[in-house]
Amino acid sequence: MKLKAFKAAFPKTIPIMTGFLFLGAAYGIYARTSGLPAAVPIIMAAVVFAGSMEFVAVDMLCGGFDPVGALVMALMVNARHLFYGLSMLTKYKGVGAKKWYLIFGLCDESFSINCTADVPEGVDKGWFYFWVTILNQCYWVTGASVGALAGSFIKIELPGLEFVMTALLVVIFLDNWLKEKSHSSSLIGLAAAFCCLLFFGSESFIIPSMAVIILILTLFRKRIEVRL
Amino acid sequence: MTSLTFWQIAVMIGAVTLGTMLTRFTPFLVFGGEKRVPKYVEYLGKALPGAALGLLVIYSFKDVNVLAGSHGLPELIALAAIIALHLWKKNMLLSIAAGTAVYMLLVNFIF
Repeated sequence: MKLKAFKAAFPKTIPIMTGFLFLGAAYGIYARTSGLPAAVPIIMAAVVFAGSMEFVAVDMLCGGFDPVGALVMALMVNARHLFYGLSMLTKYKGVGAKKWYLIFGLCDESFSINCTADVPEGVDKGWFYFWVTILNQCYWVTGASVGALAGSFIKIELPGLEFVMTALLVVIFLDNWLKEKSHSSSLIGLAAAFCCLLFFGSESFIIPSMAVIILILTLFRKRIEVRL
Repeated sequence: MTSLTFWQIAVMIGAVTLGTMLTRFTPFLVFGGEKRVPKYVEYLGKALPGAALGLLVIYSFKDVNVLAGSHGLPELIALAAIIALHLWKKNMLLSIAAGTAVYMLLVNFIF
């Protein structure tokens, strides 16, 4: 039963493998060249398993000690998981104890496969979801470990490599921009964060930005919701 | 370079993990039964992602100083390259790799 589900799940994850190995390695090297010990990116890859947030976490670890800021940032950046969870409530029902791992590993890519895949006839769907999730996590942790360990051997400086985080976040934003029906939410995010950055400064603009975004989304809900 | 101690790093990682896991487990713990999902929560689940990504873009440029140094020009050029390439090829990995390469070339050899 497990093997049959594995054979159905593995091919679906192959496109993710390339991306996760490449980005994971970039993340590992980025963390090392930022001066963090190799264990930090590897542990975060395993326990957080949310790529864009891990890049941001590396950046935050190089700043001051601000666990509240880090918590709020993680809540905000990963708010999309709420939506994934709501969409998977019924699909992840009745798969036994595996359910808790499926929820733990519910990243963008595992969500998009498990949400859309037609699990073939005769294949156990719980095990299918499980293999998709764990394979994706293995790719990410492997990529991060390779990058983190390779980063220990790279003795030359790589000025400008930190831009990989910016490039990643811009590309994720653009990708979402091209897919969304209305740009109001994206524009609110850009504008609110930009104004808060000018007003509060780079050290403390995240929490005000989040508050302003939620306030605007709530106040103008009627106008925004119909266009989503 | 990080100035944090071992325990400060551990607490920061714990905070990021807690925040991430709250977003993943909350729907299942709160609405796992037959309870109806409030419309407002559903709305936020749909409306927040775009805004959060916008916030992240601003976050990633937060340390650019337009008044001094290279005035943010390398960032601006690399950003333009990423947007152009991504609209053209729509290949995430290519856009990220090329954008980073452009930036590294600019800061190492030109600015």
